[in-house]
Amino acid sequence: MSVSANTTGTKVVKTTVLLIGALLLFAPFLFQDTRALEVAARICIFIVLVASYDLLIGYTGIVSFAHIMFFGFGAYGGAIALKQMGPGWDAVVVGALAGVAVSLVVAVAIGLLSLRVKAIFFAMITLAAASVALVLASQLSNFTGGEDGITYRAPSIFKTATKLMVDDDGKVMRIFGVKMNGKLAAYYFVFITSFVLFFAMVRLVGSPLGTVLKAIRENEARAEAIGYRVVSYRTFVFCIAALVASLSGTIYAIWLKYTGPDTVLSFSIMIDILLMVVIGGMGTMWGAVIGAVLMVIAQYYLRDLMGVAAEATANLPLLPHLLDPDRWLFWLGIIFILLVYFFPKGIAGTIMAKGEKS
Amino acid sequence: MTIHPSLVTKDLTIRFGGHVAVNAVSCDFRPGELTVIVGPNGAGKTTFFNLISGQLSATQGAVVKDGVDLTRMSPSARAHHGIGRAFQLTNLFPQLTVLENIRLAVQAHSGDGWRLFKRVESLTELTARAERYLEATKLTQVAHLPAAALSHGDQRKLEVALLMAMEPDIYMFDEPTAGMSLDHAPDVLDLIAEIKHDKTKTVLLVEHKMDVVRTLADRIIVLHNGELLADGAPDEVMSSDIVRDVYLGKSAVVA
Repeated sequence: MSVSANTTGTKVVKTTVLLIGALLLFAPFLFQDTRALEVAARICIFIVLVASYDLLIGYTGIVSFAHIMFFGFGAYGGAIALKQMGPGWDAVVVGALAGVAVSLVVAVAIGLLSLRVKAIFFAMITLAAASVALVLASQLSNFTGGEDGITYRAPSIFKTATKLMVDDDGKVMRIFGVKMNGKLAAYYFVFITSFVLFFAMVRLVGSPLGTVLKAIRENEARAEAIGYRVVSYRTFVFCIAALVASLSGTIYAIWLKYTGPDTVLSFSIMIDILLMVVIGGMGTMWGAVIGAVLMVIAQYYLRDLMGVAAEATANLPLLPHLLDPDRWLFWLGIIFILLVYFFPKGIAGTIMAKGEKS
Repeated sequence: MTIHPSLVTKDLTIRFGGHVAVNAVSCDFRPGELTVIVGPNGAGKTTFFNLISGQLSATQGAVVKDGVDLTRMSPSARAHHGIGRAFQLTNLFPQLTVLENIRLAVQAHSGDGWRLFKRVESLTELTARAERYLEATKLTQVAHLPAAALSHGDQRKLEVALLMAMEPDIYMFDEPTAGMSLDHAPDVLDLIAEIKHDKTKTVLLVEHKMDVVRTLADRIIVLHNGELLADGAPDEVMSSDIVRDVYLGKSAVVA
């Protein structure tokens, strides 16, 4: 590993990530309302999705717009299987495997056909593929539910009514005021599977393969000259990223119990992923955590915060209008511009680089 | 006693549109022999190298190494067949550390590039080998700096270290001392001399500095306008009219 391993900046970033991990681990106990749990689960899933995208854009230098498509394959795989086969673990396994299979076939096809061409053409091809997937999801309505999407039931252990533990009266047991019910089981399913996937990716980038990926990003021609088949490595990492995105899609489908084009396939999510990876810091893995946390929290809580601010400033001229909750996207935009200006390498990237100089 | 050539080019030719950059060059290179390739700018020396190491594909002719035809292979496949190449313009992995740069070259031939879940630090054998090349090129002091932070001279040394770490059979140096200060250049030349003393290795060297050519060369070939103009022992080639003509520009007058 590079010198950055032990600098203060790296320590700050790693400590922050560890802290976020701890908060997510105890989220159901720390934030006891449904919305907060919703946010925590979404953060877990987006950390995995953004980290897998970082394998492409940050580590290997591949620009793809099809990442959301692989997420969608996984989600629709899970959704269709749960709908058709009923709520059971067999459906989850079949759905996840089907999603992964479709993702891998498409990833190999796109990879082998077009990873040889220039980056811009590759980006366009992925954009086209993702558009096709979005259109197919809307059109094949008796299969995918079309624009309305599909609602289904998750395995029974995740039902809110399920009692994981009961007290003496036969009521659902509470620990620190938290109901030991299916919702809790569902959250920990999301947390643990996301953690495993994220950890696997961290190991991957620290492996010899990870160095090869960085070498391809830095100097493709030289990597080829010293004996690495660049096309094979690129196709491989594209498949790995697709596989992880697909699995995170299935996890999300199980958590939401609803899958539709707007939640798992739309380009606005693709843009969210891009923003998260840029804000967090490309090529760091830790950046994915920081980017996903900030962005999801902003999406859920910025409006609330602005509502409070608007009320507080109600007696002042102009300010309450500017701070009106309806203008939250405007403020989100300003925050992004400032972040990119002050953290050109993303938050994690910039902080880690600062430590290096000292 | 005849030594079989390790590398053979047969009628090697490449055309860019109407321009013939390398024209029907046929040459044998033998292990234990250091061949210096000379010629004025634009003679096709680097293009000739690119054709051997695979950055360019020949329009005509063939590159054969130990009986294996490499002509249609990718650069990475040729690297696995023992062709090693250092570049004229420094061509490194700028954001990776010096050690990582070298370890990549070692790793490429150990087959560890596909190991997914092993921490790279735990592959001590790889690191130990990389460190040997750091020592040989006197780069140990800067092992943990990114390549981009090195001085020009050290970057040139790293370029040579990358080639050595590939442990090839054929070493191709493209002006290894270009732009180097006088106190750095001997380090690199000593390394090349060492490789030459290992009688199993074949060395090709593009070089302009005549003192370097005199001390290292076993043989000189002269390229001019993409054609092989002369090929022979250093004394013989250096004293021939042909070389003087090419370097002093008389051939232009004759033509």
